Amino acid sequence: MEVIIPFLMADLIDIGIDGGQVAYIWKMGGILAACALMALICGVLSGSFSAFASSGFARNLRREMYYNIQTFSFAALDKFTTASLITRLTSDVTNVQMAFQMILRMAVRSPLMLILAFVMAFRVHAGLSLIFMGAIPLLALGVYLILGHVHPIFMRVFATYDRLNKTVQENVRGIRVVKSFVREEHEKDKFNRISQRIFADFTQAEKRMAFTMPLMQICMYACMLLIAWIGARLIVQGEMSTGQLMSMFTYAMQILFSLMMLSMVFVMVVISRASAERIAEVLRAESDLANGPDPVFSVPDGSIDFRGVDFSYAGPAGTLCLTNIEVSIASGETVGILGGTGSGKTSLVQLIPRLYDATAGTIEVGGIDVRAYDLKTLRDEVAVVLQKNELFAGTVSENLRWGSENATEEEIALACRRAQADGFIRAMPSGYDTLLEQGGANLSGGQKQRLCIARALLKKPKILILDDSTSAVDTRTDASLRCALREELPEMTKLIIAQRVASVRDADKIIVLDGGRVQAVGTHAELLQTCRIYQEVYHSQQKGGDFDEAFER
Amino acid sequence: MKRLSGKTALRLLRYVSRHRALLAVVFVCISISAVAGVAGSSFIETLIDDHITPLLAAGSSDFSGLARAVFYMALIYAAGIAATLFYNRAMVTITQGVLKKIRDDMFAHMQTLPVRYFDTNAFGDVMSRYTNDTDTLRQMISQSIPQAFTSVITILAVTCAMLIINLPLTGVVMACVFLMLFAVRQVGGRSARHFMAQQKFLGEVNGFIEEMINGQKVVKVFCHEEQTKAAFDAKNDALARQSASANRFASILMPIMANIGNLQYVLIAVIGGAMATAGIGGVTLGAIGAFLSLARSFAQPIGQISMQINAVIMALAGAERIFQLLDEEGESDEGAVTLTAAGERESGLKSRARPAEGWSWRRERGDGSAEYTEVLGRVEFQNVTFGYVEGKTVLQGITLYAKPGQKIAFVGATGAGKTTIANLISRFYEITDGTILFDGVNIAEIRKSALRRALGIVLQDTHLFTDTVRENIRYGRLDATDEEVTAAARLAGAHDFILRLPEGYDTVIDGDGGSLSQGQRQLLSIARAAVLNPPVMILDEATSSIDTRTEAIVQKGMDSLMDGRTVFVIAHRLSTVQNAKAIMVMEQGRVIERGDHESLLAEKGKYYQLYTGSFAESD
Repeated sequence: MEVIIPFLMADLIDIGIDGGQVAYIWKMGGILAACALMALICGVLSGSFSAFASSGFARNLRREMYYNIQTFSFAALDKFTTASLITRLTSDVTNVQMAFQMILRMAVRSPLMLILAFVMAFRVHAGLSLIFMGAIPLLALGVYLILGHVHPIFMRVFATYDRLNKTVQENVRGIRVVKSFVREEHEKDKFNRISQRIFADFTQAEKRMAFTMPLMQICMYACMLLIAWIGARLIVQGEMSTGQLMSMFTYAMQILFSLMMLSMVFVMVVISRASAERIAEVLRAESDLANGPDPVFSVPDGSIDFRGVDFSYAGPAGTLCLTNIEVSIASGETVGILGGTGSGKTSLVQLIPRLYDATAGTIEVGGIDVRAYDLKTLRDEVAVVLQKNELFAGTVSENLRWGSENATEEEIALACRRAQADGFIRAMPSGYDTLLEQGGANLSGGQKQRLCIARALLKKPKILILDDSTSAVDTRTDASLRCALREELPEMTKLIIAQRVASVRDADKIIVLDGGRVQAVGTHAELLQTCRIYQEVYHSQQKGGDFDEAFER
Repeated sequence: MKRLSGKTALRLLRYVSRHRALLAVVFVCISISAVAGVAGSSFIETLIDDHITPLLAAGSSDFSGLARAVFYMALIYAAGIAATLFYNRAMVTITQGVLKKIRDDMFAHMQTLPVRYFDTNAFGDVMSRYTNDTDTLRQMISQSIPQAFTSVITILAVTCAMLIINLPLTGVVMACVFLMLFAVRQVGGRSARHFMAQQKFLGEVNGFIEEMINGQKVVKVFCHEEQTKAAFDAKNDALARQSASANRFASILMPIMANIGNLQYVLIAVIGGAMATAGIGGVTLGAIGAFLSLARSFAQPIGQISMQINAVIMALAGAERIFQLLDEEGESDEGAVTLTAAGERESGLKSRARPAEGWSWRRERGDGSAEYTEVLGRVEFQNVTFGYVEGKTVLQGITLYAKPGQKIAFVGATGAGKTTIANLISRFYEITDGTILFDGVNIAEIRKSALRRALGIVLQDTHLFTDTVRENIRYGRLDATDEEVTAAARLAGAHDFILRLPEGYDTVIDGDGGSLSQGQRQLLSIARAAVLNPPVMILDEATSSIDTRTEAIVQKGMDSLMDGRTVFVIAHRLSTVQNAKAIMVMEQGRVIERGDHESLLAEKGKYYQLYTGSFAESD
């Protein structure tokens, strides 16, 4: 409709006004008014739909990405950083959304207008309009070259965006460190360097893009001059009328205008192409920890067997964190894991709920290879309280319900009592409904750890893994916690990673790790006799003393 | 939701006008480019009237005049193209310059904000302001501003021309303009509301993603994927709804404007035609023809402006959130006392007898001279009361005294207020009541940067930055040499494991990634504080994730690290607490027992209970 209107207008002027036909003016006026009304309605509708479609498109992109991220393995999460995933989910999607909307609105209209103008021009004078035919491929080539040139820069810009986001994130999260070392200026410098790089890259990219517009102008103006020159000759030779030349110019203007519109679309497309590729990376990344073909949906018991397990975070080629682990744990046992800083304790337990896959060897839970289980089933039965645990903004009980959606208040309270968290929760202003700030900023370290343990207990798992989860809990509370676990949950297999010998000394079995190898397995008494490392650890705590050591002295 | 204010627009324009000179050149170029365009249209007339018609009349084939005209026109076009190229490129510089300036300003201001701000604002929402909100400005500055300029010029010129030709018909045009403005107001106002909501929800989604992806491992461990998907969907849908409404209002504006323009065209044709036939107001058919083409060139810039309104409104919505961050009140720092090096600064960890030697507090006197107090590391709490939230005290009447070089330990159940004490000494939060003195100077009078420089803090939450191990340790003191970094790492017992890393000290560690164990991260943060070599150290559960065997190895280094410094230690481990000069036993925000290890044991109170682990229930 909008394409026709300008042509009707041209007619109105040419015939109606210039010809002085009032009746014709009325007739065309009526048609035009009707057209305008139609165009108005259609335009409003198409505007609404394109807005609706593009935001829906963006929503779907975000949703698909987020859903896919949920299937990511830990290894994939380590590869994409948080900051980068955030940029991809927001900035990149916005870019694509804008381009999409622009394409919806322009991509149909402008080419249509272009083609129509062409056809009209062709009808006026076929030979002369061949000039356009020559110009267009030239134009296309130019645009193609510019875009190809600019694309890698945009890819770089968005990678820098990730770094910008990361710097902001690290500063926001680590503001206490920044402030306590009075490093505000240092951080500003760091940030300015990154924003300078964005400035430089973006400027470079857009400056190259800025050539598109003049390029179009060159082509179109050259066309017009050619038309003028050749047209004049044709007129003089009597092969063309003045009016026809005038129309030719009008159509040339029309073509120029649609090309300009198209060039705007191109700009958006180029920016969004880089974004689209980054989005596609997230969408394409497949979890390398997928369910097997015929997954097992129930875990028979809480026994754990490591058979010749090697593990490396970097895959088979990387340095091994764990070498030839051979351990059997019966269901219901309490097992302590001890070892120096960086000896592979955390790596070992992360293999049990299949947070990572072993590089070699197999891990069996309940006598079945962990890779044979349905992931959800396995992780529901193996509860890990991570060393670096996260609480989320929301109330205490909302956080606890992560363990079990439908837990009753009694169940929640019971889990909290066992985790020694009930007391302090009740002491908080609104008890279980107290709002936690993000990351649990309004809790002390020990309180956070106990909440995390309670959350894990609510899952009622067959295997509970505490990865140094009581390091900030005071010794007395730690002891009561272990006591509660022992007395009240005898069925559950408990793996406890700890620094304190006291935390593991009454375990059925203690595994001593050193340099990624199992050095010794045995009870407290046995290890004191046989294991040199264990003796050292024990004596270091005896000598230096610890609240726990005094416990049974 | 509050409406967009003109203030935001003005403030934004102030940023743009920092590039005044370049902007002026841009406007000149735009004018040249516009003139070239206009010259193009009048060229057609010249071509026909001055060249073709005479040629036709003369019947000759002398095209030299025409060639000259075409050549001149080519020159004008070339100038126009050059101007277009230049102003487009200049606008890029301006746009990106403004964005950079705004980002830098935001970041600089963010560094001054109090810790409390970060407790209460979603991290991801803050991040969103640097990316999503700042990005909204891009299109506006690079396209809308030049476009607006061109359009305004065109509209003014056309209006003048119309007034000259015919007054009543100009009235018709003005009525239509009024209608257009009305539409802009109505529709634009509505879309502004939704754009503001859109940016807000975008921030929320950003916040949600940041929190969830950061805790993604917990999500996995708890098989909570479905629930977070549902929560994400809710936020995502809300964003999409706002975005759809905002864009709908914005994109229906263009057809509305364009078609009001069309209607106006018809009206002029019809009214003008009627007037001409009736002979009113001396309207000739020729005049109508001219007027109509003017009306067309009048509608075009308006259509272009309406296309930009979308961008402008969105930019204002983004700017609103940016300025919101910039207007956030910074940490108050009225302290007049600063830290100066009295003697020459001898760096190196062991070259000085005392860590604090050579430093003094400097207080300006009114008369320009200054009063110096030697930095010794004496810290006093006098009746300090504090609560994070008003009405809920966390610390109650704390009084304590640490002599220079003393080690003071805090023990007590979790949540007793130990970390809070560390937070107050470093003035992350302002105390509600009482005073804290540092070498006899009230810390409220010490400039925060000076105070914190005098403190070495190792926090419970180890936070490292994405950088090499070396740079992370050097963070403590930026001018530390490589040798000093290594020495600090040795003191903290981190040296051995660092050497075992793939690239040693040059290994790049990820800020929150899993490349290091928690214990290793703690060792690095101790080394970071050690390289600062401060007179006072605060260790908040600094060794909780380090196994005792490693700690025994670290202990010697730690001992020499603490030697000669005032040290505040928060710990559970006896090895770290036992040899403290004074041990404060805390419970529910009060110090309930104090003394050294022996005397506290003899007291057989809370400390004795904690120490012996005997469960005489008391809370």
